[in-house]
Amino acid sequence: MKQLFAAACAVACVTAAPAYAWEPTKPIEIVVPFGPGGASDQMARTLQGLIQKHSLSPQPVIVVNKPAAAGGEAMMDIQKSARDPHKLLTTSSGIYMTPLSTKMPVNWRDFTPVAMLAQDEFLIWAQGSAPYKTLTEFIEAAKTASPPFKIGGAGSKREDDLITFALGAETGVKFAYIPYKSGGETSTQLAGGHIQASTGNPSEEIGSFKGGTAKPLCLLSEKRMRYTTKVANDMSWSDVPTCGEQGVKFTYNMLRGIFMPGRVTPEQQAFYVDMFKKAVETPEWKDYLERSGLLPDFRDGKPFEEFLTADEAKHKELMGKAGFLPTN
Amino acid sequence: MDDFSALLGGFQVALSWHNVGFMIVGVLLGIVVGVLPGLGGPNGVAILLPLTFGMDPTSAIILLSSIYWGALFGGAITSILFNIPGEAWSVATTFDGYPMAQEGRAGEALTAAFTASFIGAISGVLLITFVAPLVAKFALRFGPAEFFAVFLLTFCSFIGMGKDNRIKILVSLCIGFLLAGVGMDTISGDLRMTFDVAELMRGFDFLVVVIGLFGVSEIFLTVEEGLAFKGKKAAIDLKVVLRTWAGLPRYWATLIRSSIVGMWMGVTPGGAIAASFMGYGLAKRFSKRGDNFGKGEIEGVLAPETAAHAAGTAALLPMLALGIPGSATAAVLLGGLMIWGLQPGPMLFVEQKDFVWGLIASMYLGNVAGLLIVLATVPLFAAIMRIPFAIVAPIILVVCAIGAYTVGNSIFDIWLMLLFGVVGYVFKKLGFPLAPMVLALVLGDRAEDAFRQALLGSGGSLNVFWANGLVTTLVVLSAILLFWGPLSDLIGWAKGRGKSSGGASPSAAR
Amino acid sequence: MSLSADIEQPDDPGARGPSKRAVEIVVSLILIGLAAAVLYDSYGRGAGWNGGPESGFFPARVGWIFLAGSLFLLVQAFREPPAIFATWSQLLMVAKVFGPLALFVVLVEPLGIYVAAAIFTAVFMPIVGGARWHTILLTSVLVPLVCFFVFEIEFLVPLPKGPLEAMFGY
Repeated sequence: MKQLFAAACAVACVTAAPAYAWEPTKPIEIVVPFGPGGASDQMARTLQGLIQKHSLSPQPVIVVNKPAAAGGEAMMDIQKSARDPHKLLTTSSGIYMTPLSTKMPVNWRDFTPVAMLAQDEFLIWAQGSAPYKTLTEFIEAAKTASPPFKIGGAGSKREDDLITFALGAETGVKFAYIPYKSGGETSTQLAGGHIQASTGNPSEEIGSFKGGTAKPLCLLSEKRMRYTTKVANDMSWSDVPTCGEQGVKFTYNMLRGIFMPGRVTPEQQAFYVDMFKKAVETPEWKDYLERSGLLPDFRDGKPFEEFLTADEAKHKELMGKAGFLPTN
Repeated sequence: MDDFSALLGGFQVALSWHNVGFMIVGVLLGIVVGVLPGLGGPNGVAILLPLTFGMDPTSAIILLSSIYWGALFGGAITSILFNIPGEAWSVATTFDGYPMAQEGRAGEALTAAFTASFIGAISGVLLITFVAPLVAKFALRFGPAEFFAVFLLTFCSFIGMGKDNRIKILVSLCIGFLLAGVGMDTISGDLRMTFDVAELMRGFDFLVVVIGLFGVSEIFLTVEEGLAFKGKKAAIDLKVVLRTWAGLPRYWATLIRSSIVGMWMGVTPGGAIAASFMGYGLAKRFSKRGDNFGKGEIEGVLAPETAAHAAGTAALLPMLALGIPGSATAAVLLGGLMIWGLQPGPMLFVEQKDFVWGLIASMYLGNVAGLLIVLATVPLFAAIMRIPFAIVAPIILVVCAIGAYTVGNSIFDIWLMLLFGVVGYVFKKLGFPLAPMVLALVLGDRAEDAFRQALLGSGGSLNVFWANGLVTTLVVLSAILLFWGPLSDLIGWAKGRGKSSGGASPSAAR
Repeated sequence: MSLSADIEQPDDPGARGPSKRAVEIVVSLILIGLAAAVLYDSYGRGAGWNGGPESGFFPARVGWIFLAGSLFLLVQAFREPPAIFATWSQLLMVAKVFGPLALFVVLVEPLGIYVAAAIFTAVFMPIVGGARWHTILLTSVLVPLVCFFVFEIEFLVPLPKGPLEAMFGY
């Protein structure tokens, strides 16, 4: 029955779409290295929905969450699944940070890079009712604070920790970094005023931003965001100043991409590259980018690998400075 | 009474034919995922989510939240019949539910569990309906120190159950804490106690351990004692529902107490799991029949179920009002809301009135539908007890293995389940209490995280644990509960040794 | 400290088995070993107080209590009044359930969970007894099929699959 259908499709699809040397023959698993509800999970579920809606794959897509060990579990799983062309892994900077900080025996070079879909932005957020409105005012207030200001983020020795360290190093202010289990938890703690600031993606704080319990101080990027639709308080994403405008030069962006297990064939890789090329053109994806404040940046093949190599080297240097690399 | 008319409008939306249909489908599906260990509310919701993209948001959220209600009801079924908690929050239900089933009172236990669930859920919905914004603000007052105090309170309300060997309680508690610590430490980002074994990196999942400790070990014990479920064949008909109901008003104090505990734990994201343990612990502490707990006392089923459901329902409140997910399922629902372009938060109540009140109305109706459906299945499930052991046992074991696997998609977890099956068997035979181990496993690392987060924030000063009224109250309450046994003895003694002092009252474990 | 120290039960030769004391001793020795492993690991990572507790701080503290508790259990075990843990025939029954179950888990990797479940059911039911051959056949075919339908097809939960499923294209 299934084979019959596949055969029928093979005939019909040739005329409709370019023929692929390879197509998935069973449901595709997207492994998410974070828990349900987080930013990576939202991306995977958005992809799941639009791939099925636009019939970009002959097989359904399943999202599997493997959040343990800061994504290490998911990476180990992909490593074990070499040659399996029905598994995908969503990635963020964690793909180098987790192995670097824990000596976990995984390396992205053992995987097959498929594509980078976007770059995520980071912002510094303060509680909605806090007296400071800009980064400059925040730093001034932090200088005299005792005990030191608390900045919250998700996980230890990860992106948020790194940003907090860099901010402290550049401004000469001492901050206490408080690691929480997830971005969602951090957001709650900021809304409740238990921390003075947090670092987070737009998608992690947008709920609090709209609800007035959090406000962005600055964007850790070279350029402002491009989205001009009003989000909250008559502010759009593009109204958020960069930290550079306020004298803090440190910038940080995070890739959001897709990997496959190692040792898959070039045809298998090509199918997915093509699938995601089409996926990022759909209106649902564009809506998602705008809603989550992501920077569209599609790369595949060589440019993606070059990006990964450079980005990894940058992380290694930053993490070395921050003392996140294991010493023994 | 603007809200009230909005709620009536909501009922109109929710009561349309197709929405009632979705509700029934959702509840049935929810019962299925709730019954099967390893599949849970989040699975059901996540799997149906893509299917709902074509629906209007109100119908979609009715369908999805009905899965949630169904799963909450379904979790109790396997706990009572086979000692296998279908969901983490029904662990405490096994303590008295399973002994009841063994005495041939499965129908009674199921009815009690379902009714208690309903009462808990409805109290949670009432909370959402009438005091949403107020309570949501309260949830925000919980920082790390307050969280730690909540977990402390849960431990203190639970520890000291029974008069088992106290050293064994302590050792069991330690094992739980240590198991919880295996894997990545949130605060330092280090891997702990993994001894470079890649499989241990993920740590010990609560469900895997519990399926082994409770479910698999029970099969071993049954086999050892002669190859049959001890369940006596009881008359199975729907009259058992009415008979059980007639006895329930007696337990009003337990029901109210558990509802309050549950609502409170749901709003402060302490969660349904902690709520069920706390509900059980408090009921045992304050019930006149406390000594009977663990031997098949109906109150021991009512208390954790009411609390778990009140918490599970109340957990939706912070999500709707603030956009903060109070549970994993709520988190997936939250993702769903955003896919429809609905942004949870205070503005949701203003901008999307129809949607919010439709959802709230569906909570009432979904729970009524859920209760009716599950009660109708009581005879069916009680009849499972009549199937010969030779057929039921392999099915249970296969489903347990699948459940253990799905938790982390790892075959290693099936081995762990087997290992903990043996551990559970030996420990039960040697009189080690398992409940403290499970409680420490589920709350241990969260308590530790909260403690260390609090200290990071205070620069290492322990003063944070009595820095404000809320946290001080919690800590003091914990201390009172911990020393309740000796304290009540003292009070009894002070009142003039009228009654001959009960001697060994269920006192604290330390 | 003989593990299989039979306790004299003059009335019934079938009611022999490992003594409860021996099992208590073995269990407490295992627990002591685990406690030592925990302490070794925690102090290896740092169990001090460095502006707040380090990652090994809590496990180390719990580990010490655990060690003390286990040692106490060991002492307690020697004072255990003589009793048997379970009779040999009881343990044999447990082993008869454990054996197929372990086989099942071994088979999950190469054959997939469904085929392994079918084999497990077919082996388990005759051992336990009380079912006729057609019931056994029916159960061991139907259980994996129903599971396959529910998990693989309805809920799209991927479970381990082997060569048989691959033949059907899954």
